[in-house]
Amino acid sequence: MGWNAIRIWTVLVYGFMFLPVAVVVLLSFNANQFGSFPMSGVSLRWFEELWHNDAVMRAFRTSIVLGLMTAVISTTLGILASLALVRYNVPGRNTITTLLIAPILVPEVVLAVALLLFLNWLGIGKSFALLLAGHVIFTLPFVILVVQARLVSIKRDVEEAALSLGANPVQTFFSVTLPLMLPAVAAGALFAFTISFDDITGTLFWKPGGVETVPTQIFSMLRNSISPEINALGTVMIIMTVGLPLLGAAVARKLAMKSGT
Amino acid sequence: MSSVTLNNIVKRFGNFTAVHRSSLDIAEGAFVTLLGPSGCGKTTNLRMIAGLLDPTEGEILIGGKRVNDVPIHKRNLGLVFQNYALFPHKTVAENVAFGLKYRDVAKSDIPAKVEAALDLVQLPDVGHRYPKELSGGQQQRIALARAIVIEPDVLLLDEPLSALDANLREDMRVELKRIQARIGVTTVFVTHDQSEALAMSDQIVVMSAGRVEQVGAPEDVYNTPASEFVANFLGASNILEAKCTGTRADGDVTLEAPIFGQMTVPAAKAPRVEGAGPAKLVVRAEKLLLSKEKAAEGVVSVPATVETVDYQGQAVRYFVRAGETQLQAINMIDGHPFAEGSQINLHLRPQDCAALPGE
Repeated sequence: MGWNAIRIWTVLVYGFMFLPVAVVVLLSFNANQFGSFPMSGVSLRWFEELWHNDAVMRAFRTSIVLGLMTAVISTTLGILASLALVRYNVPGRNTITTLLIAPILVPEVVLAVALLLFLNWLGIGKSFALLLAGHVIFTLPFVILVVQARLVSIKRDVEEAALSLGANPVQTFFSVTLPLMLPAVAAGALFAFTISFDDITGTLFWKPGGVETVPTQIFSMLRNSISPEINALGTVMIIMTVGLPLLGAAVARKLAMKSGT
Repeated sequence: MSSVTLNNIVKRFGNFTAVHRSSLDIAEGAFVTLLGPSGCGKTTNLRMIAGLLDPTEGEILIGGKRVNDVPIHKRNLGLVFQNYALFPHKTVAENVAFGLKYRDVAKSDIPAKVEAALDLVQLPDVGHRYPKELSGGQQQRIALARAIVIEPDVLLLDEPLSALDANLREDMRVELKRIQARIGVTTVFVTHDQSEALAMSDQIVVMSAGRVEQVGAPEDVYNTPASEFVANFLGASNILEAKCTGTRADGDVTLEAPIFGQMTVPAAKAPRVEGAGPAKLVVRAEKLLLSKEKAAEGVVSVPATVETVDYQGQAVRYFVRAGETQLQAINMIDGHPFAEGSQINLHLRPQDCAALPGE
């Protein structure tokens, strides 16, 4: 009896969480203008309309460019910070780690307002660069956490072996350390991309006028009407933010198996 | 191939002195072992030679040239670690070829050199495999191949056998010595295992608490320990507080020792005893023989009681009591060991003893 109750409860909880998502995905293939059951037919009509919606496509391009840039910058900074914190005896290393991780702990609204006010105080207006900086700030902790954990597990003596064989520190990094870190680096980059792609709170505060990302675009579309296009857009978002990490994890597993680490 | 010289080296970490002022000359082509318990500074010395640590004071010379300011990747050293430290993401052949890429070696010559190195370590057919597919012993051979293929001036081995199983360790010991003799590279070997040190080295540097206790050929260090620490670290010894009653004309030293009475120790085995005064008699556990028989001419014999028997197969370690003193004896046996409680005679040849100055 006890176990069955837990089973049923579990199914209900998951159902509550995921059924709405399933409904969105399902309705995005609905042929009918009005999102209601029973569906009158299956069609890709809303995806097609999405494709021809300039505002949505622009938001898409913005989100992808923003996500990619965030991923590249966050990953680069994250690798450098992790190297410094793990491999070198930086004074105040624990404090720095805490500060770098802090953006995860601070409520995003607070972070968003704080950065905005700070830049206002400096007299710098909203811009795409600010938006990018904001995204970097709150994706960086994820990259650092993942990369640092990996770096700790890479033994120092492998790098020392490379050095002793004549590779200088930079060559050692690129031929030994980085390849060994690659699964974590890829995971960190994917995290950064998907978090940036997904984000709405900070983005609403930071985006300059006229610039929309996919989430803010959905948000503003919702304010006018509930168009079935939104379902299609939601489906695309889900594919990107769930599919990409899954794909990444599979690739990382394959890489790790090959190198045996 | 080059000599290595440490000149008044000191290494401090904060307030802790890992290596006290010490100097060391390692001849070209020699196999020198730094031997000592963990924390004695042997690895610190090795890492300073490698360039992984900077000495706080003093200078390091390789081939007569000061290398203090030369970074590790320009020192041309072969380094082998306890945990192999192979590159897990590269094949065996890529591992071995790694150092060649940073040297003036034509790309077309690399495969032949890699093959030769793998032949030398007797693993010719594993080039395409990844390190994790090999056993520990094989991985260590690859690590050795990777270190020697670059024809290093000095080969540095940091406890390379410690991670291996006991049997494999002895095979690798022979193998390592064979390869070293074949290529004749100056080798510095760090270990805490006295039998490895005795078996492999041309010279042993015994270290304790950051200081060099003794430098010498294995037989010298073993037979004529320079300190109580060395006597106890290399094999088991009984150290008895004695009194030196004088030096004979031929340099031999006469001691008045407890239990054994008057003993004459050859001059060669008491180089540090200077005339009458307090002294220590060093009796190696293997030189103290238990017997029911009477002693032959020139052998000191004292009665004793067997207290503990530690049977080890071909040898037995006894703890015996003679008067108030407990002594340790390691005897080879065939047949049965003496039973606990047996009354026996301890036989000792004075020339097998060594003497140290007393405090």
